[in-house]
Amino acid sequence: MFTEAEIMDLIMTKDSKTEHLVNDIIDKPVEEHKITTKNVNVFYGDFKALKNISMKIRPFSVTALIGPSGCGKSTYLRVFNRMNDYINGFRLEGKVVIDGVNIYKDKIILEKLRKEVGMVFQKPNPFPKSIFDNVAYGLQIQGMKDKHFINERVETSLKKVVLWDEVKDDLKKNALALSGGQQQRLCIARTLAVEPNIILMDEPTSALDPISTGKIEELIFELKNEYTILIVTHNMQQAGRVSDRTAFFYLGELIEEGLTKNIFLNPKEERTENYITGRFG
Amino acid sequence: MNRITLNRIKDKGFLVTGIISTFIGLVLLLIFMADIFIEGAPRISWKFIVSLPSRIPERAGIYTAMMGSVWVLILTTIISFPIGVSAGIYLEEYAKQGRLSRLLEVNISNLAGVPSIIYGLLGLEIFARVMRLGSSVLAGSITLALLILPIIIVATRESIKAVPQSIRDASYALGASKWQTIYRQVLPASFGGILTGVILALSRAVGEAAPLIVVGALAYVPFAPRSPLDDFSILPIQIFNWISRPQHGFIVNAAAAIIILLIITFAMNGIAIYLRSRWQKRVSW
Ligand SMILES: Nc1ncnc2c1ncn2[C@@H]1O[C@H](COP(=O)(O)OP(=O)(O)O)[C@@H](O)[C@H]1O
Ligand SMILES: [Mg+2]
Repeated sequence: MFTEAEIMDLIMTKDSKTEHLVNDIIDKPVEEHKITTKNVNVFYGDFKALKNISMKIRPFSVTALIGPSGCGKSTYLRVFNRMNDYINGFRLEGKVVIDGVNIYKDKIILEKLRKEVGMVFQKPNPFPKSIFDNVAYGLQIQGMKDKHFINERVETSLKKVVLWDEVKDDLKKNALALSGGQQQRLCIARTLAVEPNIILMDEPTSALDPISTGKIEELIFELKNEYTILIVTHNMQQAGRVSDRTAFFYLGELIEEGLTKNIFLNPKEERTENYITGRFG
Repeated sequence: MNRITLNRIKDKGFLVTGIISTFIGLVLLLIFMADIFIEGAPRISWKFIVSLPSRIPERAGIYTAMMGSVWVLILTTIISFPIGVSAGIYLEEYAKQGRLSRLLEVNISNLAGVPSIIYGLLGLEIFARVMRLGSSVLAGSITLALLILPIIIVATRESIKAVPQSIRDASYALGASKWQTIYRQVLPASFGGILTGVILALSRAVGEAAPLIVVGALAYVPFAPRSPLDDFSILPIQIFNWISRPQHGFIVNAAAAIIILLIITFAMNGIAIYLRSRWQKRVSW
């Protein structure tokens, strides 16, 4: 967090790079949002999993989605890369706009959308292939043949997730032989390799030990400079550590959304406070 | 007597019954095999394998029947493998919902239980007569391919089903299309299982006599087939023929041929087991 003086300093030296930082800190409305959802309802058959969600997500920020199990966090996350489309009976109403494109209305190609909106899953799910093949996969399916280019991208991606030094001598090794934490970092590298703008993370550390969790949290903090990140987490400390803004969901509704420190220190809604203080979960 | 001791006695009783039942099966099988071995093993020689059929038991060999079996095996594989695997992929990945696919599903499972002689009748009518293939290797192979198709389809589906959803999710989330996901992730991960199923199905096909007898495979052919349209015999039919002869010499020949057929099926099963274990070592989630 920043001191008052630092904030003033940032505001005075207004340039495009720090602007979003300033906006985040003082919760000033921004003009351009990365993602806008408006009156989104999601149904699984007759069951309404998300109720009238409207929310805007700023570029280059980390937004944490919190709330008790079954409140629709994962459903909401999968709205943005349309991974819900595979679920029987899934139906969506409302508007989901990413970079000005309504991804459920306009003619979009799912493969392209997912190149822009990457996803990291709850349980590390590397392919049963080599470390190299895991990271190269996203490029290969796009038809990239240039070996040199692929090699380089694999290296930079693995470096970004701080896995390179651990695996660089053994890129041919099966990814399943890595530890859980390494596997999850590999999965993040694999996502970065296709250069998305947005990264969705669904409880990315819930299957990991504290040390691996710490490494991934640090990583998320770094990645924020280049990507817009949405992260589902059950861990309040984690939400506090990594996110700029937090959205609290309850029974399919978005109860409130705002700067993380506001949500945690003085939530407007009683239900938010009850959840954060652990009165229900 | 209290309840616990009663239960314990029941437990023991069941265990003993189980062991005895298992051993009865095994022992009978062993006796049968020993009998065959004692009778047939001395007859096996290179000459027995490469000799043509003959009226004199000591001169007769299994060459034409074995080559017929090899032809049938190869053609059956070529026909059933691509069709069965494609059908399995289609049913599992593309035709998931709907009445029609459920109907197909039930029917395919039922087909696996249809007596093989029915397939023979079908082969005789459609392939031998309507398609005018006659009693050729090709007609026989198509018939056997049909016979094992349900097994291959079911094995393919089971292996594909065993690939965890998380792998598909990961692939889709990286921007892969459905076909890319199937071709690059699902099939490589399930290929060992598919291959195992195919080999087991083929090892069943190689032992089938009834449907091919109906199609018109001969007990006696003077030469090994040279093309898919030639007449043919196969090992099980040769064995069947020899056993029904009065001379003791032919019974010995039959025993020897059974040993060779057993070796072939055991070898195929061995390969299947090997592939399965290798695949499991490579892919474990
Ligand atoms: N595939 C599905 N089919 C039907 N209902 C589902 C499916 N996935 C989730 N749900 C339901 O939607 C609600 C929200 O689920 P989810 O988004 O997974 O919640 P969360 O991630 O917050 O735990 C839950 O009540 C759940 O039972
Ligand atoms: Mg969830």
